Amino acid sequence: MTERAAPSALAAPSPGRSARPFWREPPSATVRLGRGALLGAVALMVLVPAWSILVTSVASKETIEQTGGMVMLPRELDLSAYVAIFSGGQLPRALGVSALVALLGTSLSLVSTVLAAYALSRPSLFGQRPLLAYFLLAFLLYPGLVPSYLVVSGLGLKDTLWALILPNAVSVFNLVVVRSFFMGLPSELLDAARLDGASEWAVLVRIVLPLSGPVVGVVGLFYAVGYWNAYFNAVLYIDDPELWPLQRLLQSYILAGQAPLLGGASPAGFSAHPPTLAVKMAAVVVAVLPAVLVIPFFRRNFTSGMLVGGVKG
Amino acid sequence: MVAPAALLLLVFHYVPTLGHLMALQDYNPFLGESALGALLESEWVGVDNFLDLFADSAFWDALKNTLAITLFQLVFFFPLPILLALSLHGLASAKLRGFLQGLACLPHFFSWVLVVTFFVQMFGGAGLLAQQLRQHGGEPWDIMTNPDTFLLLVTAEAVWKDLGWGSLVFLAALSSVDVSLYEAAAVDGATAFRRLVHVTLPALRPVIVLLAILRLGDALSVGFEQYLLQREAVGRQAAEVFDTYVYYQAILPQQWGVGAAAGLFKALVGLVLLLAAQRAARALGDPGVYSRS
Repeated sequence: MTERAAPSALAAPSPGRSARPFWREPPSATVRLGRGALLGAVALMVLVPAWSILVTSVASKETIEQTGGMVMLPRELDLSAYVAIFSGGQLPRALGVSALVALLGTSLSLVSTVLAAYALSRPSLFGQRPLLAYFLLAFLLYPGLVPSYLVVSGLGLKDTLWALILPNAVSVFNLVVVRSFFMGLPSELLDAARLDGASEWAVLVRIVLPLSGPVVGVVGLFYAVGYWNAYFNAVLYIDDPELWPLQRLLQSYILAGQAPLLGGASPAGFSAHPPTLAVKMAAVVVAVLPAVLVIPFFRRNFTSGMLVGGVKG
Repeated sequence: MVAPAALLLLVFHYVPTLGHLMALQDYNPFLGESALGALLESEWVGVDNFLDLFADSAFWDALKNTLAITLFQLVFFFPLPILLALSLHGLASAKLRGFLQGLACLPHFFSWVLVVTFFVQMFGGAGLLAQQLRQHGGEPWDIMTNPDTFLLLVTAEAVWKDLGWGSLVFLAALSSVDVSLYEAAAVDGATAFRRLVHVTLPALRPVIVLLAILRLGDALSVGFEQYLLQREAVGRQAAEVFDTYVYYQAILPQQWGVGAAAGLFKALVGLVLLLAAQRAARALGDPGVYSRS
C-alpha cells in the first residue's frame, strides 16, 4: 500500500532516503530562497510565541515587570506559577473534568465507530446499503443549533458531563475512514478465520483490530483532541462553574481575566486578586502540553492509518 | 453492531435535523409532556418566523460578515497549504521535512481558546509586539480590538492554526504521483517549472476541487468558537457571524422560532451551494465529491 511511489529502475539506487533522483536538478536560487522564506516563516510563527509563553510562565514577577509583559530572554527558572496553579482551586478541577470527558468520550466514540465501521465494511451484512446511506446522509443534512440545544436540554443533560460527550460522540467522517481501512484488509485473511469457525466478534477483535492499530489510533486521537478542546458545548450546556472543562475555564480566566484559578476563591465570588501573567501563561502551557505530546505519535501513524484509509475510500 | 452509532446519530443528529420543522411553528416549550410533545402541539405559523428573520438588520449584517470571511479566506488562505506542501515536498532532507511538518501541524491541535490567547499575547495591547514597539519608540497598535482589520485577524488566526494541517492532504497527493511521469517529462526536456505545471498540478487538481466544493458547501459556517471568543473585544458589527447570531439572538433570549428559521436557512443554503459546486465541478470534467458509479 505504501510502496506506490516505488522508484523505477531508472532512478539511481541511492543509499540515503533523502537523495534526489538523477533527473531532478537542484532547484534554482529563486526557488530555494522563496522556499526557505516560507518554511522559515512557518517555523518561526509557531516557535516564537511558544517560546515566549514558556519563558514567561517561568519568569519571576520582577522580570515580567522589567520587560513590561511577555518575556523573550530567560533569566531564571521560577516555578511558583505552576505551584500556584496546582495548589488547589479551579484549574486542577477543570483539568480533571476535561480528562474525564476525553477518556469517557473517546472510549464511547471509538467503540461505537469501530463496531459500526466493521459491520458496514462487510458486504454480506443484511441491509448494508441502506444502513450505509443512513450514515452518509449525515453529510448532507445538518441539524440546526436551536433544535440541537432543545434536544440536549430536553433529555436533561444540561449541567452534566454527558452534554459534553454525547452530542458529538460519533463523527461520520471518522466512521467512513475506519470503514475504508477495514475494506482494504485482505479478505482471504478474514475468510480463513471464518472457515475456522470464528464468529464476527472474534474476527473483529482478534484479526481486524490487531491489523488496524494506526487507523484506530489516529481516529482515537482525533476524538480525544476534539473532547479536550471543546469549548462551545460547555458554553451552551454547562452553567455550573464546578463542571467547567478546561477550555471554558481558560476563556474566562485568561481572555476575560475574571474567573478564580487559585486556591481558596469560590466560583461565585470572582477572585479579589487577578491572576498574574506568569500564572496565566503557566495555565496555557499546561493546556497545550497534551497537543505537543501527541504530535510524535500522530506523525508516526497518520500516513499509514488515516491517509491509506481515506484515499482508498 | 451498528446500533450504538446509529442511535447516537439518530438522537443527536437526525432528530435535531427534523427539528428544523420548528421554523414553521410558534414553538412553545411548555406545551405537551416533552420537547417532542411541544413540537407536535405548537401552532403552525407558516413563514412568519422567516419574515421576522429577514426583517432583522442584524441577520443581514451577520450574513454579510460570514460571506465576506468565507470569500476572503477562499482567496487568501486556500492556496497557502498548497504552497507549503510543494515547499515541503521539494525538501531533500526527510528529517527536516518531518520536523517542519510536525511543527506546522502543532497549532491544529490547540483549541480556539488557546489560539486566541496566543494572538492576544503576541499582538494584543499588552502583547509582545506592542511592548517591543513601545520600547523602540514606535506607536503600539492593537489589532485584537480593531473592527476594521478583523477580517485580516481571523484569517491570520485560521492560517496559523490550520496551514500545516491543510498541507497534509496535498502532501499525500504529491507523494502518490507516479515518479515515472516526472522522469519521462524530464527525459523529454521539461524544465522544473513545466513539470510543476504539467505533472504536479494536474495530480493535485482533484484534491483542490474536492476541498473547494466542501468549503463552498460550508460557506455559512466559518467556525463558531473563534468568533464567539472575540465578539466582545471587536464588537458585534464586525464579529457577528451566522452562528453567533443564532446564539445571541435565538438561544440566549429563547427566540426558538426565529433561531430555527435561521438554522433551516443555513442548512438549505449549504445544501444548495454544495450541490451547485458539485455540478460545476462535473461540468468542468472533475468527479468532485462523489461519483455516481
